[in-house]
Amino acid sequence: MRSVIVPRVLSAIPVLFVVSVVTFLLMWLVPGDVASQIAGPDASAAELAAIRERLGLDRSIFEQALIWYGNLFKGDLGQSYVLNRSVVDAVIERLPVTLSLTFLALVLAIVFGFVLGVVAAANHNSWIDQLTMTGALIGLSLPDFWFGLVLIFFFAVELGWFPTGGYVPLAEDPIGWLNAMTLPAMTLALTQMGVIARMVRSSMLEQLGQDYVRTARAKGMPGHVVLFKHALRNALIPVVTLIGIMTGLLLGGAVVIEVVYSLPGVGRLIIGAIQNRDYPIVQGGLLLTAAIFVFVNIAVDILYTFIDPRVRHGKQ
Amino acid sequence: MASNDVDSVPGTFAPALRELGMQLRKLGAHRSIQIGGILFGAIVLVAIFADLIAPFDPNENNYRAMLAAPGDAHLLGTDAFGRDILSRVIHGTRLSLVVGIIVVIATGVLGTIIGVLTGYVRWLDSPLMRVMDGLMAFPGVLLAIALAAALGPSVVNAAIALTITFMPRTARIVRGSVLVVREMPYVEAARACGAHDRRIVLRHILPNAMPPLIVQLTFVFSVAILAEAVLSFMGVGPPPPTPSLGNIIAEGRSYIREAPWIALAPGVAIAISVLGLNIIGDGLRDSLDPRLRNL
Repeated sequence: MRSVIVPRVLSAIPVLFVVSVVTFLLMWLVPGDVASQIAGPDASAAELAAIRERLGLDRSIFEQALIWYGNLFKGDLGQSYVLNRSVVDAVIERLPVTLSLTFLALVLAIVFGFVLGVVAAANHNSWIDQLTMTGALIGLSLPDFWFGLVLIFFFAVELGWFPTGGYVPLAEDPIGWLNAMTLPAMTLALTQMGVIARMVRSSMLEQLGQDYVRTARAKGMPGHVVLFKHALRNALIPVVTLIGIMTGLLLGGAVVIEVVYSLPGVGRLIIGAIQNRDYPIVQGGLLLTAAIFVFVNIAVDILYTFIDPRVRHGKQ
Repeated sequence: MASNDVDSVPGTFAPALRELGMQLRKLGAHRSIQIGGILFGAIVLVAIFADLIAPFDPNENNYRAMLAAPGDAHLLGTDAFGRDILSRVIHGTRLSLVVGIIVVIATGVLGTIIGVLTGYVRWLDSPLMRVMDGLMAFPGVLLAIALAAALGPSVVNAAIALTITFMPRTARIVRGSVLVVREMPYVEAARACGAHDRRIVLRHILPNAMPPLIVQLTFVFSVAILAEAVLSFMGVGPPPPTPSLGNIIAEGRSYIREAPWIALAPGVAIAISVLGLNIIGDGLRDSLDPRLRNL
């Protein structure tokens, strides 16, 4: 097992390095003078110089990079220009909202995606198959932030079943939290649900065409046992790998959904920071989200070795 | 540097063209490609003839018809400035296709170059792919938003941000095909005949790496349309008053109670474009990717 885990964890190092370089260079991409953008058009030369000095912008890019990396290794991503606090604190405070939204959406997408995919595969080429697959295709073609507005209109404005937005912490009021998170999680899950349903269906169909399935049927095994014990278990393997990638898509998608539903997560923090030109927050938020994504992928890869005995035992 | 006889065999293009024609006819007969083609074709026509179809100037304010409900005068209603939603959606559709096309071309060219370099030139493989892996480690939409915000709101910057975001996966797909094709006996045969790398890449490897690339680019197109809408919705896309599908939806969000029609139409336009492209992509994958053909 160690032979699988150690190299996989080590492989994250170059990836995280590139992630940090891209994040650092983001600030350098900003056209014109960052200081004058922060200070506004009326700032005097002295004010600009003061801002540059405070942010270290008067130094060369190499010096800035050295300082930035030095702090990064100490776990310091700098100070927010606007919020007057450290970037790490600001991001970590918002993280639970984003992660719980992502997690809920992932669970919804997996559960419904699997049900739809299995139903479609079990009824291959029937109208049920066609209907579910058309639904899945439409689901993954809808812009999710727009679908969120449609849900808000029907379920919050017209029917009044859910709030139109806003957040209630889980610890304060679990029912309120669930109420606040239902529509956002459904919105975020929609696209990936379609993706999973299609993937499960084609993976199931591939398995159902295999010899071992025919053997199982031939020896008189009941249809549902063949479907769930044989085909589904093998069909799971390619789908699990997808979940790592999916987490990244959902984390990115959560940014947009947080804005639609006014949820105080990392996404809204970053978008707010973009509007205020609070670059350290943008950098820090981006870096931490990418790091989470990298580690989720490692976890999924390791999980994969547990599910697939071929990978678990022997290399080649 | 003798002019290479193998490089200029006359008449090699005619069969290639015939082959291409046959391929296209075969593709045209595929039902998914037909259905998707009709949906997306309609969107393309709207975009091309936007100036002719749009009943109003998309940026013309009309303070006598603010937030007017859909009706005879304004088929899809008006927004808070009295601007005609239908006209704005038509022009927004054009913009989102333009951004999509730029992203597809840029992604295709850069993805192919990097994919071939990493797949064919061994010492470049590892360093370049690590950079691609690093870019893919960002949640896609978030990277695009941050890049677009840093570069500043404009059509070109939105396209640059989306290209940087989507190109790595395309490069990886091209690299995958190149790695397979370079080991094929016909490549070995070509090398044995004395063909140099440029010829091998251009005449043997690239054509055979094309099908997965074409399928991928169809999906890049659809994702780019979705992502451009997200950028505009977030306020980091092409700046207002230029109508883009995303910024019309953003505006509609503020009037979701009083005027829900503002946000409705642009979303439908995005959905039709993306759905059409996805159906075409599925059809292309069925007919171009032999591994899935028998599924």
